[in-house]
Amino acid sequence: MRVGLKTFLMILVMVIAGPLGNVLLGKGMKRIGAIPMWPASALLHEGIRIFTSVSIWLGIASLITFFVSYMLVLSWADYSFVQPASSLAYGVVALLGYAVLGERVSPLRWLGVAIICLGVFVVTRTGPRTTQREMKGQS
Amino acid sequence: MRDLILFTTIVAAGTGGELCVSRAMKNVGEALSFHPAEIFRVILRALKQPWMWAGVSMMALAFFALLGALSVYNVSFVVPITALSYVAGALGGLLFLHERVSFWRWIGVLLVAIGVTFVFLGKS
Repeated sequence: MRVGLKTFLMILVMVIAGPLGNVLLGKGMKRIGAIPMWPASALLHEGIRIFTSVSIWLGIASLITFFVSYMLVLSWADYSFVQPASSLAYGVVALLGYAVLGERVSPLRWLGVAIICLGVFVVTRTGPRTTQREMKGQS
Repeated sequence: MRDLILFTTIVAAGTGGELCVSRAMKNVGEALSFHPAEIFRVILRALKQPWMWAGVSMMALAFFALLGALSVYNVSFVVPITALSYVAGALGGLLFLHERVSFWRWIGVLLVAIGVTFVFLGKS
C-alpha cells in the first residue's frame, strides 16, 4: 500500500466530486420543482423534463467522476483507508449546499451532520466484513 | 407519507442494489488486470448476471427517488439523511446475511442514527 500524494489527491477529488454532484442535482431539481407522483402520465412528463436540465447532466457527470476516482483509488489504496476518508463527504455536501445554493442550515443540522460524519467514520473504520483479516495483503 | 416513501426508497433500494451488485460481482470474480480486454471481459460477464440487472434497477430506482426528494428539500437535508443506509446495512447484514456486527460498528451506526435525528429535528 502506498499512501502518498496521489492517494490524497484522488480522495480529494472523491470528496469534492461526490457532494458537488449531489449539489448540482439539487440545483437542477429545485428549478424543476416538486414532482407530482400521480398520475403516471404527469410523472413521466416531469421525468422527461429532468433530462433536459443542464445542472442534472453536470451532476451526473460529477457523480461519474466520483465513482471512477473511487474505483481507481481502491485499485492501489486499502478500502479501510479510503472509506473512512469519504465520510467527510457528508460535511462537504452541507458546506456546498450552504455556500453554493445558499441553503439555510440550522445549528442543529450542522451538529447532526458532524455526528453523521463521525458515525460513518467509525462504521467504515471497523471494516466492511468480519472476514477481512484474511484478505489483507491482497489489495 | 410521500417523504417516507421517498426516503425509504432511497435507503432501501440503494442498499439493496449495492448488495445485489456485490453478489453479482462475487460471481463474476476478480479482475485480473486493468488491461482493456480484461475489463471488457469482466463487464461482459457482469452483464450476464441476473443479480447485476436486479442491482442496477434498484440503484436506478434509488437515484430517481433521490431526485424526487431533492425537488422538495435542500441537498444539505436530503444527503445526510441518506446516511441511514449505514444503519440499514448493519441491520440487513445481521438479519438477512447473519453477519456478526462488531461493537464499534454498532457505536458508529448509533452515532449515524443520532446525527440523522438531529438533522431531522433541525429542519427549519
